[in-house]
Parts: sequence; structure tokens; C-alpha cells
Amino acid sequence: MKVVVCIKQVPDTKGGVKFKPDGTLDRGAMLAIMNPDDKAGLEAALRLKDQYGAEVTVLTMGLPKADAVLREALAMGADKAILVTDRVLGGADTWATSSTIAGALRNLEYDLIITGRQAIDGDTAQVGPQISEHLGIPVISYAEEIKVDEAAKTVEVKRQFEDRYHIVKAKLPCLITALSELNEPRYMTPGGIFDAFEKEVTVWGRADLKDVDDSNLGLKGSPTQIAKASDKVKKGQGEKVAPDSPEEAVDYIVGKLKEKHIV
Amino acid sequence: MSLEEYKGVFIFAQQVDNELSGIALELLGKAKSLAEDLDEKKVTAVLLGSGVKGLVDKLAEYGADRVIVVDDPELKDYRTEPYTHALASVIKEYKPEILLVGATAIGRDLGPRVSSRVHTGLTADCTSLDIGDFPLEAREGVEQKHKQLLMTRPAFGGNTIATIACPDFRPQMATVRPGVMQKIDPIKGAKAEVVEFNPGFTANDCYTEIVKIVKETSAVADIQAAKILVSGGRGVGSPENFKILEELAEVLHGTVSCSRAVVDSGWKPKDLQVGQTGKTVRPALYFAIGISGAIQHVAGMEESDIIIAINKDENAPIFDVADYGIVGDLNKVVPALTKRLKEELAAKE
Repeated sequence: MKVVVCIKQVPDTKGGVKFKPDGTLDRGAMLAIMNPDDKAGLEAALRLKDQYGAEVTVLTMGLPKADAVLREALAMGADKAILVTDRVLGGADTWATSSTIAGALRNLEYDLIITGRQAIDGDTAQVGPQISEHLGIPVISYAEEIKVDEAAKTVEVKRQFEDRYHIVKAKLPCLITALSELNEPRYMTPGGIFDAFEKEVTVWGRADLKDVDDSNLGLKGSPTQIAKASDKVKKGQGEKVAPDSPEEAVDYIVGKLKEKHIV
Repeated sequence: MSLEEYKGVFIFAQQVDNELSGIALELLGKAKSLAEDLDEKKVTAVLLGSGVKGLVDKLAEYGADRVIVVDDPELKDYRTEPYTHALASVIKEYKPEILLVGATAIGRDLGPRVSSRVHTGLTADCTSLDIGDFPLEAREGVEQKHKQLLMTRPAFGGNTIATIACPDFRPQMATVRPGVMQKIDPIKGAKAEVVEFNPGFTANDCYTEIVKIVKETSAVADIQAAKILVSGGRGVGSPENFKILEELAEVLHGTVSCSRAVVDSGWKPKDLQVGQTGKTVRPALYFAIGISGAIQHVAGMEESDIIIAINKDENAPIFDVADYGIVGDLNKVVPALTKRLKEELAAKE
């Protein structure tokens, strides 16, 4: 069985967001990590490797420095790594990103493609389902559990909704988007880290993408365009009091609630 | 693609178990106000399901001028492929200028798949939608298009905000966060034009099989519907200590919600989480108790009408968004507040 996991290098928003003196985000100062949902997807793939001897390939699209997350994935146990990087691919929205990744995936054999549900920088959750559409394969989003039946060439997924879950069965090949809740990703092993830096990362550029028109790539191939982007402006500050006693605090709150006709 | 052929604002009227989701009505409210600024003022709801025609009148009461119904047994429960086929076929046939979809567990799967099939842009998880010019400012050598959908969304864990347009493709598609847009007051007895449409469904390899549906009817409250939320953070100290918040909520007929730290610690279920990775809420009154006010939390509650924060740390960022901030010990202030409110309400009766 062959599994391809699509991963993304993202700035770590959890580990403290850094701002420049002018109040804009300092992306360069933030730690670059493997996107958490993608890491859960990788762990799911590695469990299929443990269970069935699946071959696990990780693929990322990004700047050359995204090599770091591929090395991390190799150190966790992935077998092969592919970096898709090219200047003409920059500025891509989710349509152009998914067209690019689909173009790369067409070069590979796969039974299962796993992506994270969403990346913590964009939070769109769009690229996974869009890749599946470009490839014409089924998608199951929001996976909490994945069970593969290798003989029957099917996969059964616990698919989360707001107030329920579905157990959904699909034919392979299939694309699954993974939730962080899926599992607890393993750590890199010291041996794995050592080997990861020995292994070769395949680098693909525009010319290596299969069956994709230039009009679907990069900034020019992006249907959506940014009209305006800004770091968030904070709401004006209200009142703040430091009462001497709980009673005084209560007087203050109840006074405000009466003023606003809530009580 | 001739952009002029695409007319009108459409919404995906999500239903589950043949009951309309709240987001469908919220989208209608927004669609109506967007249509005011467009040449075509008719609002169309697209209703997909099996045996769902009975929902048409409710859509009319909440602002739909027309309802396109695709009623087919293949659409009984949500599955990506038949729903994508239905919605993409409606787009090809009826050519909407704008299509809004809820950013729900269904919409965030359906939206991207449909937008890829019809080759258009999709902006995720929008919190604000307007009609305006793109580019915003006229620039020499660049055609400025008018009456474009300007879609605003937070990104980067709520730290940045971007406004996005889709000037050269149609429909302009957005998924919209539940709880952000306002429904209209229902117009009793309103009727909509009903169009029945069926593109035909032929199973292929993309069709999945639903083996089992398990409803998780946990007794969890709907925090997005609550008018008053009493929200607790890590500062509450323990799951047991949430009792004092529950007592306050009870007196106010409110609901208890919480921050991500509380969910991560396993004190409360994820359904009660407010924030960028939880739910967006805009109650009339929001108590932030023992919540420091991380940006990702604030992103989910800053639109509340009144925010009251109680925190012992006077430098907590929550005080930057609170209308009324009280620096104090929540263990003393909250029970005292509950007691006083009980007395006040008893005196009234």
C-alpha cells in the first residue's frame, strides 16, 4: 500500500505570536513548525506503515526552507520526501495550491492521500478537498479514525460533524483530511534524525508537474485576490476597576447591568 | 466565462435530518442585505435533500425570494459527491453571481469541492461581506471593477485580517462562520417561488457509503444561541470550581462556555469552546472569568455586545477588549455576584 501525506510548514501561532514595533506580525521571528493537523495525518500514515508495511511519502509545497519539515517527517519514519518549489508557484491561493499539489501527485502511485484538515496560518481547510476534486477521487474530511481494508481496497473513516459522526466507507484511492484529534504523533528518534539528514529529498519545480496549465498556477492562476490585508486592530479599551472588596466589585457589576437594562 | 451572465445572490440552505441549520437563515439575512447593493435583488436558496420540500416556507419567511430544490434519495444524508454534483449542477444551470455556504463541517467540505468543480475562487470562514470596488482604490492601468463581493476573514489564528475578492471568476464563493451574520425577523406567511431541479445521480467511484450515523446528543448547550454567556478560563482552577460559574449562569438564564485552555485540560467539552478554533459567539452579555484573553479567544467573542472581565491579573489582555473589567479574585466576586443577583430578582417578584 502506498500512502502520500501532504504537509505544510507554518509559523507557530501557539508558541507566542511576535509583533514588530509598528504592530505588524513578525513572521520571520516565529518558529516554523509542521502544521499540527498534517502531523496527525503523518502519524496515521506511519501507523499504516507499522500495520501493513505501507510506503509513506511526504510531499510539501513551499520555499526551499520547507525542507526542514520533510526532514522531520523522515526522522519520524517516512520513507520518501518531495519538495515542490518554484518561483512561479508563489502567491498561490487554495485553487492554485491544490492545482500544483495535484500536478505533483499525478506523478506518484497512491492508495491513500492524507492531508491535515487545515493549516494554522490560513485556517481554510480547502486544499485537501480541492486536491481530491482535481484528481477525481473521493474525499472524506475531518477524520477522527482511519481503518484500511487492504484486501477489499476500501477505507473506513470516522468522520466528525458538529453533533454526530458518520462511519464512511470509500473505495481506494481516496483522500482523507485529518484532525489533530486523530492521534498523538510520535517523536523523532535519534537514529531517525541521523538518517533523515542522509536521505535525499526529491525537489520538483514547475516542469515536473503533470497535466497542469500555467493559467492554474501561482498568483496568476489564483481566482481570489487580496484587496486588503492588515494585522488586527484592537477594539477600544473600556473601563477597568480594582475594587477593594468583593462587595464593591458586585456593586460595580450590578450597577452596569442595571444601566444596560440586563437586570 | 461571461461574467455578466451570472446574476443574483444564492445561499446553500443546509439541512440536517430535514431540519434547517441556523446558518441557512443567517446566510439569507446577509444575502438580502448584499442584494440591496446589486442590480439583481432576488435572493435564492438552494435546498438539497430527500423529502425536504416542507422547508421551503421557512426559507421564504427568512428572506428567500426563490428556492431551488433538488430532492433525491441520494441526498438523504450528507455525502460529498452527490451534494457536490447537485450544487455544481445548480450553479451551471442558474449561474449565481454570489454563492454563500456555511463554514460548517458540511460546508467546509462541500464548498471547496464545488468551487474546484466549477473553477472559481472560494474564500473560507468569512466574518464580514460587503459589496464594493476591486481594487479598493482606483489605480492607473488597472481596471477597477464595481459591485464586487469583498470577503473579509481572519487568518493566522485571528492575528491578521484580510479582505479578498474574486474579480474574474463566477460565482464569487464564500463560506461564512456560523453565529456571525444576523437573521432577519421572519415575515410570517411569506412565499417563495419554488423551482424543482434534478440533475440526475449516477453512482461512481467517488460515492461513499455511510455505514453508520452516531448522534452525539450530549447535553451540551448551544453557546452560539445563548444571549448571556458565562465563560471560564484556566483561572477558574479546576473542573469542580466551574460550579460557581454555573450558578451565576443559572441566575441570569445564561449558559456556561469556556476557553481553549479549559478544553485542552479536559475540564469541559470542545462544544463549549469560544475562540478561533472553537465557536464564534456574539451574545448580549459575555462574562470572561479567569480568562487571560489570548488573541485566539478574543477572535471568537469580541463582537459580544457587552463584555465583563473578572481576572486577578491586572495586566491580562482580556481587559483590552472588556467594556467593564474587574481586577479581583473570581472565587470571591463570582459567588457574591450570584448571591446579590438572586436577592435583586427575589425583591422584584
